Amino acid sequence: MLKSKTFMKKTRSGGVLKIVREHYLRDDITCGCEGCEECSQENPVLQLETVLQSSLCTSPHYLLPDTNVLLHQVDILEDPIIQNVIVLQTVLQEVRSRSAPVYKRIRDIINNSEKYFYTFTNEHHRDTYIEQERGETANDRNDRAIRTAAKWYNNHIKKSKNMAHLQVLLITNDRKNMEKALEEGIVAYTCEEYIKSLVANPELVDRLAAVFDEKNEIESGKLIFSEHVPLSKLQQGIKSSIYVQGTFRASRDNYLEATVWVHGDDTEHKEIIIQGLRNLNRAMHEDVVAVELLVKENWVAPSSVVLQDDEESDDIESTEEKEKILKTGVQANAKPSGKIVGIIKRNWRPYCGMLARSQIKESTRHLFTPADRRIPRIRIETRQASTLEGQRIIVAIDGWPKNSRYPNGHFVKNLGTAGDKETETEVLLLEHDVPHQPFSQAVLSFLPKMPWSITPQDMKHRINLRHLYVCSVDPPGCTDIDDALHCRELENGNLEVGVHIADVSHFIRPGTALDQESANRGTTVYLCEKRIDMVPELLSSNLCSLRSEVDRLAFSCIWEINQDAQIINTKFTKSVINSKASLTYAEAQMRIDSPTMNDEITKSLRLLNKLAKILKRRRIDNGALTLSSPEVRFHLDSETHDPIDLQTKELKETNSMVEEFMLLANISVAQKIYDEFPEYALLRKHPAPPPANYDILVKAAKSKDLEIKTDSAKALADSLDKAESLAFPYLNTLLRILATRCMMQAVYFCSGLDNDFHHYGLASPIYTHFTSPIRRYADVIVHRLLAVAVGADTTYPDLMDKHKAAEICKNINFRHKMAQYSQRSSVAFHTQLFFKTKGILNEEGYILFVRKNAIVVLIPKFGLEGTVFFEEKDKVKPNLVYNDEIPSLKVENSTFYMFDKVKVRITLDASNLQHQKIRMALVEPEIPGITPLTKSDQSNSKGEPALKKSKLDK
Amino acid sequence: MAGLELLSDQGYRVDGRKAGELRKIQARMGVFAQADGSAYIEQGNTKALAVVYGPHEIRGSRSKTLHDRAVVNCQYSMATFSTGERKRRPHGDRKSTEMTLHLKQTFEAAILTQLYPRSQIDIYVQILQADGGNYCTCVNAATLAIIDAGIPMRDYVCACSAGFIEDTPLADLSYVEEAAGGPQLALALLPKSDQIALLEMNSRLHEDHLERVMDAATKACKDVYAVLDQAVKEHLQEVSAMLGDRGMA
Repeated sequence: MLKSKTFMKKTRSGGVLKIVREHYLRDDITCGCEGCEECSQENPVLQLETVLQSSLCTSPHYLLPDTNVLLHQVDILEDPIIQNVIVLQTVLQEVRSRSAPVYKRIRDIINNSEKYFYTFTNEHHRDTYIEQERGETANDRNDRAIRTAAKWYNNHIKKSKNMAHLQVLLITNDRKNMEKALEEGIVAYTCEEYIKSLVANPELVDRLAAVFDEKNEIESGKLIFSEHVPLSKLQQGIKSSIYVQGTFRASRDNYLEATVWVHGDDTEHKEIIIQGLRNLNRAMHEDVVAVELLVKENWVAPSSVVLQDDEESDDIESTEEKEKILKTGVQANAKPSGKIVGIIKRNWRPYCGMLARSQIKESTRHLFTPADRRIPRIRIETRQASTLEGQRIIVAIDGWPKNSRYPNGHFVKNLGTAGDKETETEVLLLEHDVPHQPFSQAVLSFLPKMPWSITPQDMKHRINLRHLYVCSVDPPGCTDIDDALHCRELENGNLEVGVHIADVSHFIRPGTALDQESANRGTTVYLCEKRIDMVPELLSSNLCSLRSEVDRLAFSCIWEINQDAQIINTKFTKSVINSKASLTYAEAQMRIDSPTMNDEITKSLRLLNKLAKILKRRRIDNGALTLSSPEVRFHLDSETHDPIDLQTKELKETNSMVEEFMLLANISVAQKIYDEFPEYALLRKHPAPPPANYDILVKAAKSKDLEIKTDSAKALADSLDKAESLAFPYLNTLLRILATRCMMQAVYFCSGLDNDFHHYGLASPIYTHFTSPIRRYADVIVHRLLAVAVGADTTYPDLMDKHKAAEICKNINFRHKMAQYSQRSSVAFHTQLFFKTKGILNEEGYILFVRKNAIVVLIPKFGLEGTVFFEEKDKVKPNLVYNDEIPSLKVENSTFYMFDKVKVRITLDASNLQHQKIRMALVEPEIPGITPLTKSDQSNSKGEPALKKSKLDK
Repeated sequence: MAGLELLSDQGYRVDGRKAGELRKIQARMGVFAQADGSAYIEQGNTKALAVVYGPHEIRGSRSKTLHDRAVVNCQYSMATFSTGERKRRPHGDRKSTEMTLHLKQTFEAAILTQLYPRSQIDIYVQILQADGGNYCTCVNAATLAIIDAGIPMRDYVCACSAGFIEDTPLADLSYVEEAAGGPQLALALLPKSDQIALLEMNSRLHEDHLERVMDAATKACKDVYAVLDQAVKEHLQEVSAMLGDRGMA
């Protein structure tokens, strides 16, 4: 192995420093071609026979893209058709320094063995390394390095007989580079030329990113936006406080308005309003931007107008008309306003949405409307508009030139017909960033081989509990059973209670692909008709699931408890159990209640139930909150999976029995792992909400002559218990629903990086999640910690690293939040499906909130919440008087208070295919002009909304 | 912006080496005539000069005298021009005092000091250019200088550093790799008997990985040994050629 060395001298700006680095050139770097006779290589990547058929180059060939092609056309490269590509180290490093997300995608492609992408380490190859010449820029040098490598490849290939027919094509969009390449005798094409030449795959053309070329720009040469200030100037400006930096948040309701949340704590204005298309200056939701404040005279008030971008033309005059409407706000309410001068960081991602076809039939340019209303419409070029119409598609943005009204993008993927259950599920999973692809082969390779059985090796640190009468209690239809219970009387009169949790950490070993995948997924997501598993099904529904009558590995938490439910001692151990029965809540309840049943399981259930009641009482005495949120379950048609009925969840005594022991186990485990690892324990906390959060609850209760104390959790729990009204039994539930809304989000954290452990809702000083490792990754980590603490398993480096732990917490907190959101969206979508079949319904509901121009109504029967607006477009505004103190809203002659009973009409508003929604309208009390007209008096109605409704009646 | 990629997916380090490969080592012995022994070594861009005097009688205070063995006196220093920024380094700053102490420990373990009771051996090492692995280069230079001085040792002392980046042990870290802040382990080994003369580690490394990193360092030390041994043999040949056949006896 020859090692020669050259020196590279670099000077860094700032303090001028000479840096000398060694750079070894090697002669053992292989070319990666299958048919090469020169290089002795073990695993050649590039195939001898390539499949790509191009009209430009009929012989088999390899592609060698340059940096810009990789950066901009990664969507194309990801397509399975594109194979046998040489990625140079020079290119890869440039991509790495310029875009982290693209770099990650490229790496994924390279690691995919079916794509045949080969990384050639040209910078360390003896024949392809070049030095930067005097007066040559780094970019030019890199281009030259790429050409040198391309030339080397072509020469190298000629040396082997069986590869003589092969060719390496340089793909570059840079004109100068191309000219030089052709001069040097390298075959080079632009990406567009090449993709268009793939005669067999015309659909790829649509996925080409729009390149900013003079001639490609939209006809009207008129500049719409002012130029963005370059980054270096922005940074200077921010330092000298000419500009402020912040995150751009587009408004959901008004496309001409946005706010910028200013970074940093000591800034004067936290929120800056941006109004008007020109001031918004091509910033998009979530971008990090630089803002220049306007002079105070030009400050505006946030408008409450709802505006949707629905024009067809590129004309901006009409937009300016609309902007004038915004200016109607009262000047007294004017808030700091500004205009965007530059973008510091774009946060573009691929967007889901639908295509709005251009009116010109032959046109290939169309506008795409994203599902997220905060994202502007995107112009894409496609020839398949007719097939894409009515479909949900994904589009990526390529850029937003300053003379274009809309950003330019390209088509990425078709998800399916809009309104389709599968498509909509896919959309909501994508929009909530839920990883839902099938598990990869790499992940599945870490599953145990079937048939699986318990080996003596597995029994090493385990005790045998197969003889115990263990049973599990779960909701009906549950296949991922992660907990089971047992209880028996001991000779000394005390009770032995065991909680047995599926031993998932036995199967998911740290550091494996399986572990990484579950860590990334973080949680199982339950949608109405579907479950997105965190771990592969073999584990979730079989090997880990504590099914009855089979031996299963478990992690057991066993207490000795006296008859007063005082814990005498606690033991944690890995075990083997054999569950005797998997019951549903109802079945368990029936066993407890039926006097004729007296088998071991029933006896143990009765004991557990008795203890659970004491435990619950004690917990509530300590100030734990019992909150409420309306939850619904859909009865789905077994064939079509359409919702046929809707039912609010019913809670039985056995639900709370299981819950009580899970809480006990979680608390015991939390204490144990914290004692053992004060720095690395993964715990869960629930911060106390700031007192101001309770304002609405206190005010609402006051309007019903009730007092709610909020100084502590205990006071809150007690006053909620007392807040009963004989005439209005549902009031208490409403109050509890409201209280739930006041709460903070519970989060996971690492004990070494925080000092507030308190769980407010459970009134426990310490808490963690231990009992559902099949569906939550936090529990897997807790299992591993506990296993180390009891000596049943060995530790590994990342477990004892609090920063790694904090990263895990951050991810699972995010995934949990997203799982919740997607669950809600799924329920919302199914509610819509349900009401689609039901037609129009009149239902009773209660007012949950009173807003300035609307009331929020909850319908307990469906657990459905909706807003009744009193102001509608194209309609006379009723006389509205809002009182913030009570709060109440007076509409004409009727006054609405919180918790008032009302009757509403529920309809499905399908006027916007992409955003179908449930619409509610007030029926009782009747208010002239507000109450929707019934069918009989439709004939004499003049109002337009009635017309809209009538469409839906059919 | 994204920082340097210390180990690429293809298994190459920043300077083009693979994980277990050393930097290029070049060594010369007997560079100064006045000293009893001297050597100059380059490990990549790290360059060190070592000079040995002795064994001779104790100089300075007599109280240091040991009655059963020789005193090993070390001094480590860095040239003002050894780093990118010129900096005066007064003798006796904390870093070089520590380094001095480490060298002393290393060579007390390797030199057969009991052969020279009541005497002293001086080892002076200077880093002329620093690019990572200063301690290790000093040890290797000093070994050659001691051999040049003809002082008997149990074995060569070969030193090499090893780091741990992206789950891979890397041998012979350069300055860039050291500056990344990962764990670094310096090992001084008597290669024939596999005895450890000195082992030092900074920053934390999980126990599970220690063995792999140690193996990498041991392997690297043995590679260093092969190079040093070669240098000594070449030097011997050179010297004996000059002296004629008499020297070969």
